[in-house]
Amino acid sequence: MVTQKMNIMVCGGTGCKSSNSELIVTELRRELQENGLADEVQVVQTGCFGFCEKGPVVKILPDNTFYVTVTPEDAHEIIAEHIIKGRKVHRLLFKDPVTEEYINDSKGMNFYKKQLRIALRNCGFINPENIDEAIARDGYAALAKCLTEYTPAEVVDIIKKSGLRGRGGGGFPTGLKWEITAKVKADQKYVICNADEGDPGAFMDRSILEGDPHSVIEAMAINGYCTGSNKGLVYIRAEYPLAIERLKIAINQAHESGLLGKDILGTGFDFDIELRYGAGAFVCGEETALIHSMEGKRGEPTFKPPFPSEEGYLGKPSNVNNVETYANISPIILKGSDWFSSIGTEKSKGTKVFALAGNVNNVGLVEVPMGTTLREVIFEIGGGIRNGKKFKAVQTGGPSGGCLTVKHLDLPIDYDNLIASGSMMGSGGMIVVDEDTCMVSLAKFYLDFTVEESCGKCSPCRIGNKRMSEILETITKGKGTPEDLDRLRNLGEVIKDTSLCGLGQTSPNPVLSTMANFMNEYEAHVIDHKCPAGKCRDLMTYRIEAENCVGCTACARVCPVSAISGERKEVHTIDTSICIKCGACMEKCKFNAVFVS
Amino acid sequence: MSSIQIELHENQVKELVEVCRSFNNDPIELINVLHKAQGIFGYLPAEVQEIVSRELNVPVAKVYGVVTFYSFFTMLPKGQNPISICLGTACYVRGAEKVLDEFKKKLKIAVGETTPDGKFSLNCLRCVGACGLAPVVMVGDRTFGRVSPDGVQQILDEYV
Repeated sequence: MVTQKMNIMVCGGTGCKSSNSELIVTELRRELQENGLADEVQVVQTGCFGFCEKGPVVKILPDNTFYVTVTPEDAHEIIAEHIIKGRKVHRLLFKDPVTEEYINDSKGMNFYKKQLRIALRNCGFINPENIDEAIARDGYAALAKCLTEYTPAEVVDIIKKSGLRGRGGGGFPTGLKWEITAKVKADQKYVICNADEGDPGAFMDRSILEGDPHSVIEAMAINGYCTGSNKGLVYIRAEYPLAIERLKIAINQAHESGLLGKDILGTGFDFDIELRYGAGAFVCGEETALIHSMEGKRGEPTFKPPFPSEEGYLGKPSNVNNVETYANISPIILKGSDWFSSIGTEKSKGTKVFALAGNVNNVGLVEVPMGTTLREVIFEIGGGIRNGKKFKAVQTGGPSGGCLTVKHLDLPIDYDNLIASGSMMGSGGMIVVDEDTCMVSLAKFYLDFTVEESCGKCSPCRIGNKRMSEILETITKGKGTPEDLDRLRNLGEVIKDTSLCGLGQTSPNPVLSTMANFMNEYEAHVIDHKCPAGKCRDLMTYRIEAENCVGCTACARVCPVSAISGERKEVHTIDTSICIKCGACMEKCKFNAVFVS
Repeated sequence: MSSIQIELHENQVKELVEVCRSFNNDPIELINVLHKAQGIFGYLPAEVQEIVSRELNVPVAKVYGVVTFYSFFTMLPKGQNPISICLGTACYVRGAEKVLDEFKKKLKIAVGETTPDGKFSLNCLRCVGACGLAPVVMVGDRTFGRVSPDGVQQILDEYV
């Protein structure tokens, strides 16, 4: 990267690739070629920049100019103006939605200002398909340091002291897990990376694997050194083809450079990594289920203990950590446990990556120190709510997390605070919803997800969640009673207490937390049979405003169930007992005479 | 398992047998083999499962158990242009359900079905991780972002 005068970094994450970023790379290279600049300016396809909202994103180094929503047609102008004449292409710069100012340098963007990138340190900075670029940014330096300067026990000690906790959701102390695996005696042990990111709306693990696969490979090798294992396995979703591709390239390159395989760096340490593919089952994020799936079985969890650290893959001790956890390892080794534990809160150290999505202005990946407040993440980094609407709730922790509300906005985010408020960290999904969202429907949406993804092994989860979903169905259809709310709560508590694995134990969270924070909405559904957000179709009534109706008969003709009657040039009426609330009349009416309430 | 017998192409069967051998006919590799098998046949009908069962020496009930457990595997053939609507949370809160309804209405099929001419099949998936583009629709390998119900016809037109 040093020989070139300038670098054009084009985001090649899944989001930007879906919006044609590969063609932008081709066009930029073609323009450079035509202008004889191909040797001076390098076009790099990087991993995710995190600012997915305005993709495809193109960043010019060294001046940090950040272009957003770039199209292949813009390539000519970027080269002709910015690269050749040194004038920024104003119209492609990011415009701050609040101040309406164009921002020249990405460091000046609110989206990046408050972030501290440890796990995502290389995403957007390197070409993930070139190991040299990873090495230039300290890749594999931590592995070398561990192998040559520390004993395995010393490395475990550093991780323990750093206070790092599992980033996949459980928050189990990582160093302790490593220690347990290291202490068990066995002829074979396994290092497993959980890359089965099944939580809808969370995409940090995928982005790390796409943008910086070497950070994960390196950390798995370090874990192998600590626990006495020479075999690593990455369990990755088959739905992530780009991450799989880049991981394969990275593993091959690490082999060629002597950083994987036999006798790594001449130290006599052997380590190798293989990929295993998931096949679409949310429960496989649970470590015992994941191991069964890797063994070619149905991904059903089993009771712990024995923990995988003692008895895991093929009955052998296996250390299971998630992608983001591994991505934190190298910086801790290089900068020390004191540095890492100085970031964050008392019991949650370091940073956490959140996938900010939903009705928020800046959708993307956000890495902030633990202890940052929800308000900072949603309003400063996230740029507030879309279309000037009001904030209603934020769902953290994915389908089994909880909904937090306005009163939680100043809550410093860490593992324990989130649990205390009825939600959880989960893998870091953060879905923001605005005032137009019906919380009962949202809870039902999440519950339907768990009903579908329940493995079916234990009855509380298999049957209980189904019953809860049916009760919610009744409520959103306007047939609920106040007693249903008691039933929901009781059932939820029982499922939490009696389910076998983490999925069942947390599945009622969305319902229980919305009941705790939005009881008025539930009551409106079951007592007044109204949906305050106007989302539940069965609770809506359509009517024709006599003043506006001219009797054109358009609505009556379009009604699929003939619920509208009225003579030509006379006011029409809707028979609500027949109406199926399809909304066709409202769409058809040119005189704004149809109203819904 | 199914009453209608499906005829499998001989060379496809050969390919599958080869795949099993390349995995040393090891039962542990069942999921990897099924991934490859679905790549060859497009889906996993009973007949394919029987071959896998025989080759890996795993009871066919176990193979069936695995196929039906994971949502990535399908026992029904997909259309030429498989349409998947992302119903991940980010897409849901940005109106993916309405997009799905529009596809159902336009194609006159339900989720999991294929149009009578075999052109389109309709499915839902959970998060492709392109949440910045929500709501997202995938047709084959192509991703369409920020799809509104009004844009559904335009997507279909590209494949007619």
